[in-house]
Amino acid sequence: MSQSNRLKGGLIQTDKPLNFTFDGKSFQGFQGDTLASALMANGVRLMGRSFKYHRPRGLLTSGSEEPNALMELRSGGRQEPNTRATVAELYDGLSAQSQNRWPSLERDMMAINDRFSTFLTAGFYYKTFMWPKAFWEKLYEPIIRKAAGLGSLTGEDDPDLYDKGFLHCDLLIIGAGPTGLSAALTAGRAGAQVILADEDFELGGRLLADANAFESRSGSDWISEVLGELNALPNVRIMPRTTVFGSYDHGIYGAVERNADHLATPQADKPRQTLWRIYSKRALVATGAIERPIAFENNDRPGIMLAGAVRAFANRWAATPAHSVVVFGNNGDAHATARDLMAKGVNVPAIIDVRSDAPDCAGTEVLAGAQIVETKGRLGVTSITVRLANGQHREIACGSVAMSGGWNPNLGLTCHQRGRPSWKEDIHAFVPSSDLPVGQSVAGAAAGDLSTHQALMGGATKAVEALNALGVTATMPDLPEAEDRPVAITPFWHVKGAKRAWLDYQNDVTVKDVKLAHQENFTSVEHLKRYTTLGMATDQGKTSNLGALAVMAELTGKPIPETGTTIFRPPYTPVAMGALGGRAVGKDFHPTRLTPSHTWSEEQGAVFVEVGNWLRAQWFPKAGETHWRQSVDREVLQTRNSVGICDVTTLGKIDVQGADAAQFLNNIYANAFAKLPVGKVRYGLMLREDGVAYDDGTAARFADDHYVVTTTTANAVLVYRNMEFARQCLWPDLDVQLISTTEAWAQYAVAGPNSRKLLQKIVDPEFDISNEAFPFMGCAEITVCGGLRARLFRISFSGELAYEIAVPTRYGDALMREMMKAGEEFDVVPYGTEALGVMRIEKGHAAGNELNGTTSALNLGMGRMVSKKKDCIGNVLSERDGMNTEDAYRLVGIKPVDSSATVPAGGHLMSATGPVDAAHDQGYVTSTAYSPILESSIGLGFVKNGAERMGEKLRLVNPLEGQNIMVEIVSAHFVDPDGEKLRA
Amino acid sequence: MHNLKPITPLGGATPRVDTIGAMTITEVVDCAMASVAARNDQRDAVKSALAGKISLPEVGLSTMEAPYSAFWMGMDQWMITAPHESHELLAQEVKADVGDTASVVEQTDAWCRFDVAGQDLCDMFERLCNAPVRSMAAGAALRGTLEHLGVFLWRLEDTTMAVIAPRSSAGSLHHALIGAAKSIA
Repeated sequence: MSQSNRLKGGLIQTDKPLNFTFDGKSFQGFQGDTLASALMANGVRLMGRSFKYHRPRGLLTSGSEEPNALMELRSGGRQEPNTRATVAELYDGLSAQSQNRWPSLERDMMAINDRFSTFLTAGFYYKTFMWPKAFWEKLYEPIIRKAAGLGSLTGEDDPDLYDKGFLHCDLLIIGAGPTGLSAALTAGRAGAQVILADEDFELGGRLLADANAFESRSGSDWISEVLGELNALPNVRIMPRTTVFGSYDHGIYGAVERNADHLATPQADKPRQTLWRIYSKRALVATGAIERPIAFENNDRPGIMLAGAVRAFANRWAATPAHSVVVFGNNGDAHATARDLMAKGVNVPAIIDVRSDAPDCAGTEVLAGAQIVETKGRLGVTSITVRLANGQHREIACGSVAMSGGWNPNLGLTCHQRGRPSWKEDIHAFVPSSDLPVGQSVAGAAAGDLSTHQALMGGATKAVEALNALGVTATMPDLPEAEDRPVAITPFWHVKGAKRAWLDYQNDVTVKDVKLAHQENFTSVEHLKRYTTLGMATDQGKTSNLGALAVMAELTGKPIPETGTTIFRPPYTPVAMGALGGRAVGKDFHPTRLTPSHTWSEEQGAVFVEVGNWLRAQWFPKAGETHWRQSVDREVLQTRNSVGICDVTTLGKIDVQGADAAQFLNNIYANAFAKLPVGKVRYGLMLREDGVAYDDGTAARFADDHYVVTTTTANAVLVYRNMEFARQCLWPDLDVQLISTTEAWAQYAVAGPNSRKLLQKIVDPEFDISNEAFPFMGCAEITVCGGLRARLFRISFSGELAYEIAVPTRYGDALMREMMKAGEEFDVVPYGTEALGVMRIEKGHAAGNELNGTTSALNLGMGRMVSKKKDCIGNVLSERDGMNTEDAYRLVGIKPVDSSATVPAGGHLMSATGPVDAAHDQGYVTSTAYSPILESSIGLGFVKNGAERMGEKLRLVNPLEGQNIMVEIVSAHFVDPDGEKLRA
Repeated sequence: MHNLKPITPLGGATPRVDTIGAMTITEVVDCAMASVAARNDQRDAVKSALAGKISLPEVGLSTMEAPYSAFWMGMDQWMITAPHESHELLAQEVKADVGDTASVVEQTDAWCRFDVAGQDLCDMFERLCNAPVRSMAAGAALRGTLEHLGVFLWRLEDTTMAVIAPRSSAGSLHHALIGAAKSIA
């Protein structure tokens, strides 16, 4: 198809042709075209189908407010649904497909819906699908879900990159039309840090679309001159293709820059889009205005467009929807479209102006006081029927209708923080009120000043005001003489008597639907919106909301401002999920933390597990092992029989110093630390304010004023944060300083009866680590391997004779290798978190499963640890009656009566006989493991008054899984209950 | 001398250097670090005690007096740095100077450090963190978030920024730096 609707002139580059396809058909456009303008130039009017009735639809607008021409762009992982053809920049090779139709756009079977429109009115599904009730989940909802939605995704991963970034400026100018450009010129010359952002790829706004904005020069000349100057200013950042989509607290704005949407594929390693967070000291909203349609019978046929859009296509893109265009309006601006079209050689059979006093227009007939009452044309308008002022009807053949119901300031960004706009009577539109977000101002058409002169002056004036408020001196620039036509408008929203007159094109909401909502008492705007789905489509009702409000106002007899508007919410236009995700996708969703022995562990073939952001070795499979249990059992047995090594660097380490360090720890821990001797370690339990236990660990005292606290891996940050809070806010007078040293030290647990022998080969000989010189719960600063500083702690999580040894992290890898070498003669084994877990369960040590946010020190069997001699966080509330009942939970061990049975985690304990229900619950199982030492499944759990129930047999049930086994309550300390091993 | 071979935060035997377009990203390992937190009411005493070594900077700033440097970390708290090769025991050295006026903690291996240098420094960091990089003068040091990590950003020169981040996440940080550098290359 040739470019039959291409006109002369425009701002496209006709020497740069671009080939593209739409629904498989090949077309040609030019550099500077949008997909919409190129299709229009090629005579394509039918571009989509409506959401509900599947009505044929063409372009309504020329900008981001477009409700109809939604398409799928590209294919494969790059397929993007619901893209507005009006903002899709044409590039060579672009492929676009229509959507929401089957089998083709011309012949859409779902258009059958239109035949049933009488039944499919607003709220039909609320009424229709009420009965029978059982049908909802199985039948109605699946059908509705299948029918819903517009474009489709392929399900393939998006191969492109998306960046996120942060910008700072004195003045953010949103919109680069006449208002924005004059503001940028003012602020740029004043030396302020300026960001000028516009969603379009060409800056200039309506100056690109209107032929006679200036008295004595073309708009594009002035734009070039201004951009030339702005580009030369280092303090001005010009951001085309950038939509500022949201206004947030503290002058922060969200913006999406489309870096590569205008290319077939982004350059390697470059983002497709960038999501910017802009920190502005001041912001100027210069977003212009959006024209509103008029509701009349069958006003949704392809070819029926907004007048300003038709003008923009003709002037900027040299394209016309047809060679015969009727203009329909209620204001003077509509006449400008007729004049510009005629100047381009397009036939304008008539201007239908609802105003009875409409002025004449040279070159065409003005039908004053007339209205369009019907249109014809199956896949595009072919004629209209006009009711003249005298009541007679006249049919006029045409290929397009350019309609204008006036202009609405584009004020979404001014209302994103719940601001409510106010009504401006002279333009019959809502304008931003004084209730603007902090630091924001509005100018130009967005403020309701609709002439070019007002836009230029408003932009510069508001820029001066904004900069003056920042202490920057700015002066008004010389601005060209521009048109300053008064707004001559007679409010007119819909043609009375129309049966099907569209308000919301995308969601198929008609005047009749609003009337139905009124009839059924959904008269509040918020109810109207939800009942009819008005404004709930991807265009957020940019072209429809006010029309519907006006109809509702008419029905209720209230003025429009009293009827009000719904809330404006970000984003202004849809933002791709990819842009919101940025680079945090897949394995980069969060940072990964590696332990010092990670490389070594990889060499051993370790299987890793994510623990928060950490990757920890879970077990180390050996050749011939086919099941993880084989590896774990081996690691446990080898450790208990000789010696094993585990990387425990992930445990939190907090350095606590200061003259009051001891007092501080006394306050933080439930148990006492002030009298802990230097060179000793003590187990400590921390409580929440409400008395519930939340973390445990150790504190080692290296000097009178120096402790090192360890925490669980999971709570390392939480404990540090809570300690900082306590230091800064609870006890600011205590002389104590904290800093995390978790990452500074590579720390290994060396456990098993041969652990001392192994370490004696590593620790330098001047340090005596014999049982006598370095007994259980000792700590010391030592050197290893010939002089490297290190820390040694004699503590045990496994219940074995055990140590933890720490060296500066950079030496952690080497120390692991040295220890493994030194341990060869003892058959040393590395063990992972699974073996660690098995051994701590065998020993009866609590971990995260037991410190589960509901358990107290008493429940954990550590009630006596909560010192009564001192104050600490949580001790008062831990004495609440409810937490100290006689039948309070106690930590116990659980083993199956039949040793071949498996104890399941999470099951509940019931008496040996009697009902199985919540009322008879005796407790629950928190941790389970297979103990290779005991050759039995074992568990830990909480049982009411458990300490007094040793030997009792209970049923362990899990009704969800149908489990029911007999277990015996035993001591939680399955291994070495007297602690002889760890003191050996 | 001990016989343990150190590895870099990225796990290599030698520091990694990447050049992408105009930007160079260098893994820095020859940097010993010690945190110094003044004991209560000892701020001036700490400053005096260290005067012969390094003057402690005010909020958001750093000082560089070779071989030592210092940047502000928090209220009455600083990080002192020196070449690791010659000052591996920096914390002990500083503690000897300040005595009981301050708490000193070895921080050398708590962090990884990448020095990012090149003409497009600001363009790159705008894609990484919310620090106002264009208004950060040489010597400025800020705490911020980068790749979800708490980091220090230390503007060493107009065209050089040191990023100091938790060591265990060096790989993730490096990945982010490389990605941003390629993005603007």
